[in-house]
Amino acid sequence: MATIAITRPAGAAPPAIRRATGESPAVRRVLTGLALAFLGLTLVLPLVLVLHEALAKGFAAYLAAIREPDALSAARLTLLIAGVAVPVNLVFGVAAAWCIAKFEFRGKSLLITLIDLPFAVSPVISGMIFVLLFGAHGWFGAWLADHDVRIVFAVPGMVLATTFVTSPLIARELIPLMQEQGSDQEEAAIVLGARGWQTFWRVTLPNIKWGLLYGLILCNARAMGEFGAVSVVSGHIRGETNTLPLHVEILYNEYSFAASFAVASLLTLLALVTLALKTAVEWQQRRQALEGAETSVPTERIAA
Amino acid sequence: MRHKSRSVLPGFGVSLGITCTYLSLMVLLPLATVFTRSAELSWPEFWSTVTSPRVVASFRVTFGASLAAALVNSVFGFLVAWVLVRYRFAGRRVLDAMVDLPFALPTAVAGIALTTLYAANGWVGKYLQPLGIKVSYTWLGITVALIFIGLPFVVRTVQPVLDDLELEVEEAAASLGARRWQTFTRVVLPSVAPALLTGFALAFARAIGEYGSVVFIAGNMPMRTEIVPLLIITKLEQYDYAGATAVAVVMLVASFSLLLTINLLQRAARRRVEA
Repeated sequence: MATIAITRPAGAAPPAIRRATGESPAVRRVLTGLALAFLGLTLVLPLVLVLHEALAKGFAAYLAAIREPDALSAARLTLLIAGVAVPVNLVFGVAAAWCIAKFEFRGKSLLITLIDLPFAVSPVISGMIFVLLFGAHGWFGAWLADHDVRIVFAVPGMVLATTFVTSPLIARELIPLMQEQGSDQEEAAIVLGARGWQTFWRVTLPNIKWGLLYGLILCNARAMGEFGAVSVVSGHIRGETNTLPLHVEILYNEYSFAASFAVASLLTLLALVTLALKTAVEWQQRRQALEGAETSVPTERIAA
Repeated sequence: MRHKSRSVLPGFGVSLGITCTYLSLMVLLPLATVFTRSAELSWPEFWSTVTSPRVVASFRVTFGASLAAALVNSVFGFLVAWVLVRYRFAGRRVLDAMVDLPFALPTAVAGIALTTLYAANGWVGKYLQPLGIKVSYTWLGITVALIFIGLPFVVRTVQPVLDDLELEVEEAAASLGARRWQTFTRVVLPSVAPALLTGFALAFARAIGEYGSVVFIAGNMPMRTEIVPLLIITKLEQYDYAGATAVAVVMLVASFSLLLTINLLQRAARRRVEA
């Protein structure tokens, strides 16, 4: 294609080409301005508002709101739920990515679709299915009532719903990454006498660590921030079955706006940290890809 | 495509076993209960539930607002992706990272922030109030929340495709006498169209199920600003499990059809790239 430019008169070609493959400065400025205005209105303004409202009644009130016993117990429950959901989905994600990326078998694309399935389910329905299973009128409801086990409207149900909602996140992160890396290195290790676990720890893990880390971060953020699914299976009992997002809702509905935004600011901080780590991980991935010239650049993935 | 009948790698049985057991117990069995539960209703009962005026109104609100939001996101998401890929300006990297905010921010936080922003005395609402535009507690507010939620889907689907577009093709079009606008509509847009359509479908699919960010700003008036997920919750709270599952079945069928469409779109796009 470059030869076309060379055949043109030397003086006239570059500006013509530049105008052809780019927009005029005025158009650029208008488009950039529009995009910035849109992002400012939809993304930046809500962020600024959360911080502003959180501090609306001063720093002392802010501290009081996040140190209040109900807020602390909500924070503890949020950590507990994420502490169960994330490791469980880590095991599932690694297992799923291993069999899908390293082996050929029938029904693979169906399996990938099934892994994605929870993404397509409304959070409300994700909570509802556990009420249908374990609620008073559910499949196992009578048995659970006889044995005095509470799952729904209690902590176990909230853990289950969160695990369901966040189950695809780590698998989705690892599958494309491991598919792209192929299995030549692992096969070499096995042929040279390494055992299965050794191969995973020494060969696979170093290759996927950044993708895995990002999957973990995203899974954790979603587990801590889940609202709809958890809301359906929560008993909404203050200090017992409230997570941080549910606590935000309760405070907001009680018109304790400053306190509500104060707790919300903690979750906002979590989101910002997640975004920062994500950006750092992407840089690392790019660097790793540039260093190992034979391994191709990881494709941009959609974190849904 | 690799053709491998037998691999030397270990762990196939174990990893496939874990994956299938987990999916069956954690995902498929729970989802199946929705369909078995709704099967307890006879067909006329099911039909009269999902066609009752309040349910139909909520379908109209959810699908209408989701469609509007996905359309707005297609236009502005494309613009944002274009500007991020093609132009260089201060703060570009920060904005690029910010696009994922709706993925990371808990939906309840987004909900209360947007509601406060667009309320009649809010930072944005107070400028719209004199113009007679009400956003919070109206259909418009639902759309605003769904625009927030859906934006990254369009940007993150279109962006890599724009990144991979070869400038030479546009140069060729220009050297053959095409104007910039012609090059854009005849060369750039057709190559990006599959990705844009996928992004639109992803944003739409996410929007129809969305609950947390919408429920605060919606006003939740039956027949007018009640979304389907909220109606399901209302029915559950009234112990109308049959009604809730009937509505959920309709939603699940819609979502799964969308998922299937998106998969087909992505497969078609990949085939175009490989060809």
